[in-house]
Amino acid sequence: MKTFRNGATAEIQALERPNHPISTGSEWTFELIQRYDEVIARTARAYGLDTYPSQIEIITSEQMLDAYASGGLPIGYPHWSYGKEFIRNEQYYRMGMQGLAYEIVINSNPCIAYLMEENSMAMQALVIAHACYGHNSFFKGNYLFRQWTDADGILDYLVFARKYVMDCEERYGFEAVEAMLDSCHALSLQGVDRYKRPTPVSYREEARRQAEREEHARLQYNDLWRTVPVFDANDVPQDKESVFPPEPEENLLYFIEKHAPRLEPWQRELVRIVRKIAQYFYPQSQTKIMNEGWATFWHYTLLNRLHRDGQVTDGFMMEFLQSHTSVVSQRGFDERGYSGLNPYALGYAMMTDIRRICERPTTEDRKWFPDIAGSDWLATLDFAMRNFKDESFIAQYLSPKLIREFHFFAISDKEANPKLEVAAIHDDEGYRDIRRLLAAQYDRDNQLPDIQVARYYRDSDRSLLLRYQQVRGRPLAEEEADQVMKHLGRLWGFRVRMEEVLPDGTVMSYRQVDP
Amino acid sequence: MNSLIDRRLNGRNKSAANRERFLRRYKEQIRKAVGDMIRDRSIEDMEQGGEVKLPVRDISEPHFRVDQGGDRETVLPGNKEFAKGDQLDRPQGGGEGDGSEAGEGESVDQFTFSLSRAEFLSLFFDDLELPHLARTQLGDVSETKWQRAGYTTTGSPSQLSIGRTLKASLSRRVALGLNARGELERAQARLEEAMARGAPEEELAALRAEIEEWAGRVARVPFLDDLDLRYRHRVPVVVPVARAVMFCLMDVSGSMDEGKKDLAKRFFTLLYMFLSRKYEHVDVVFIRHTDNAEEVDEHTFFYDTKSGGTIVLSALELMNQIMLERYPPADWNIYAAQASDGDSFGADAGKSARFLAENLLPATRYFAYIEVPDSSEARKSSLWAEYEQQAASNFAMRRIHERSEIFPVFHDLFRKEADQS
Repeated sequence: MKTFRNGATAEIQALERPNHPISTGSEWTFELIQRYDEVIARTARAYGLDTYPSQIEIITSEQMLDAYASGGLPIGYPHWSYGKEFIRNEQYYRMGMQGLAYEIVINSNPCIAYLMEENSMAMQALVIAHACYGHNSFFKGNYLFRQWTDADGILDYLVFARKYVMDCEERYGFEAVEAMLDSCHALSLQGVDRYKRPTPVSYREEARRQAEREEHARLQYNDLWRTVPVFDANDVPQDKESVFPPEPEENLLYFIEKHAPRLEPWQRELVRIVRKIAQYFYPQSQTKIMNEGWATFWHYTLLNRLHRDGQVTDGFMMEFLQSHTSVVSQRGFDERGYSGLNPYALGYAMMTDIRRICERPTTEDRKWFPDIAGSDWLATLDFAMRNFKDESFIAQYLSPKLIREFHFFAISDKEANPKLEVAAIHDDEGYRDIRRLLAAQYDRDNQLPDIQVARYYRDSDRSLLLRYQQVRGRPLAEEEADQVMKHLGRLWGFRVRMEEVLPDGTVMSYRQVDP
Repeated sequence: MNSLIDRRLNGRNKSAANRERFLRRYKEQIRKAVGDMIRDRSIEDMEQGGEVKLPVRDISEPHFRVDQGGDRETVLPGNKEFAKGDQLDRPQGGGEGDGSEAGEGESVDQFTFSLSRAEFLSLFFDDLELPHLARTQLGDVSETKWQRAGYTTTGSPSQLSIGRTLKASLSRRVALGLNARGELERAQARLEEAMARGAPEEELAALRAEIEEWAGRVARVPFLDDLDLRYRHRVPVVVPVARAVMFCLMDVSGSMDEGKKDLAKRFFTLLYMFLSRKYEHVDVVFIRHTDNAEEVDEHTFFYDTKSGGTIVLSALELMNQIMLERYPPADWNIYAAQASDGDSFGADAGKSARFLAENLLPATRYFAYIEVPDSSEARKSSLWAEYEQQAASNFAMRRIHERSEIFPVFHDLFRKEADQS
């Protein structure tokens, strides 16, 4: 190959010269990775993908195992549960029961992507396209991530958290810290905000509103109001005033952090750390299908584009396709190796299907998706990526064609019926039901029990009352709940009581701990 | 815009600390699992690491979860034959595959992981409440070996070093004869010169006498003198014998139950570990006895049941016989550990103690006897009473009810060794 004096010119020339692959062998080098990254970046920009800058890090398989243990975070505070996770993965990996992911990508700015050194060149390119352009643009664009995670600050926060936890261990003993973290971890699923709290109003704003109200009253003034009987404050039932919290609170960790009577300041800070990290993972748990589907769709699209431009060889594509196909395979519920719905398969199929609906809509598509059939696929996909989460994405975009392809069917499991019943299959009658039910399956409300803080008796015995709102007769897992209650008791420091409430409001049973 | 970083050289053991925390937290459970492992293992394999299995339930992290039951719908892929309204039997084992929970994967009810050798040993020794410095020196059979240590001037003729001797001789002859030889040559030269100039007879005679004298002197330097003799020097060096044999003697009569055998096994194992640290090669001989003794393999030793009376002497005699036949005390470090519940009848105890004192103790490096009574209050057995008379320093005995009591059996011996050195 000719050497060019100017790297940029070289790049352009290389790009413009068809049938000149970037590499032919399977070995990767840092130079090659850089070249691929540049080319993929150009292609991605052509498709309008908006990304954070990427930081590609090459790691070994041991380091990958380390990264697994901490949920993919590069820095974590020490805790035995991470050790357990590590041991589990290591064992599975060594026994060959589990391969390692080719990549881990972290929602941060710059977006960190770990590439394993064992990957071949084709795999590295696949992973770069998948992580650095697919996931990365999703992190930057999706509304949940925009709302809930601070990509600029997360790494700093993790460093702070680690240091804080370790300082606490030094000062208060690691048993005390571990006990605290255990209890917080037990509640971490109930430590997530789903709606933004209103930001506190500033004094200036408060004064402005006050003035506005007075002005409003002045404008509305009518002497006639004088004749209306005066409202008697004594008529209000007394207990109404003392109810605290005024509204039920579903973020148990938040409530504990703010109101637990017995926690030391450092303990509150630990609660906060666990809560913040749980919150950081919240968008990811809500967008598995979309996130993976989006990334898979883009690595497929980008690499095919490279192939069309003659920048990768046929051998590269064979390897890539082999890997891609196994990633997006979906087994039937009765086949060996079935482990639930594969988010890669469903997500990729849906993204591809949206493009198909835009480009080559059928009559059925025009009937089901009149607003997107025949529209610009890039804009439509971009809109879908930005404004949905798994539940709403499926509810909005799952097409009858995909339901047929996946042979979806719904099983209804009713307590009263000794048998299971097939509620819907992939036919005209069932499409809507299946779509609705599948979407509901990804609704967080259906995955987690609805437990809220109902009352904090702060003027009497300081006990805490929680309510588990039972839906459709689904009970709480008893044994585990008892364990978690002990943790709650430890955090709260006074009596904690949890009532299991039927939809009509009757209390069915309760459990209680007295620390 | 994008950066590429090679992190491969960064530390790779980031999880080691968390792993250690995990082990510490579940020490009790792991210790129990290790206990099971010890039961299943042969004494000689005891030092490998191993796989520990913990019940997942014990180490799970609880969360509030919705349980099975109630009404729900599940969407699954891969329909082949179902039509709407079909009624199906509930699958056995409770839950149908719930798509949303599937990421958690297979329900494995055993959490398996490997302990390294060091971790295993630390747990093993932990259980025995060993002090950290447990691995001190053990007593040795020393074997004297002769080792070359240069040359000496005295020794037996068989050790004569001819080369060295001749070297010494040559240098001596050179040293002593040099002057005389020179004088002789000069005298001869003078004589020739005198004869050439026709010197008077007296002068010639004097010169001849001088030559004779010098020639005599040269001749008087011997070819080999006593002084020249050099012998290969050998010094005795005490070398520990690198081989040891360990006799495990156990009473397997009906009264020795599983618990007692487990204690005995730990005891034997501990001794084996000390020995294998110390010696390159350790043989283990298992002798079990009821009313007669036999040599058996390890599995039979620990797990085969045999009923019968108890004659301790038979085991001691068999040990003595094997020792004399296969492990002569001069060549082997002999260790013996005997475990029994102490039941013996009649004259057996007395005879055993005598046999031990006369034949075995002088030959062994260390003989340990542990008695595993039925309860800590049990009366001392007749065997104990007889053994108690032993004063030999290489004999130790203990009654053991719990594992933590095993180590002190060794304790005396170690302390003594430490004092000596």
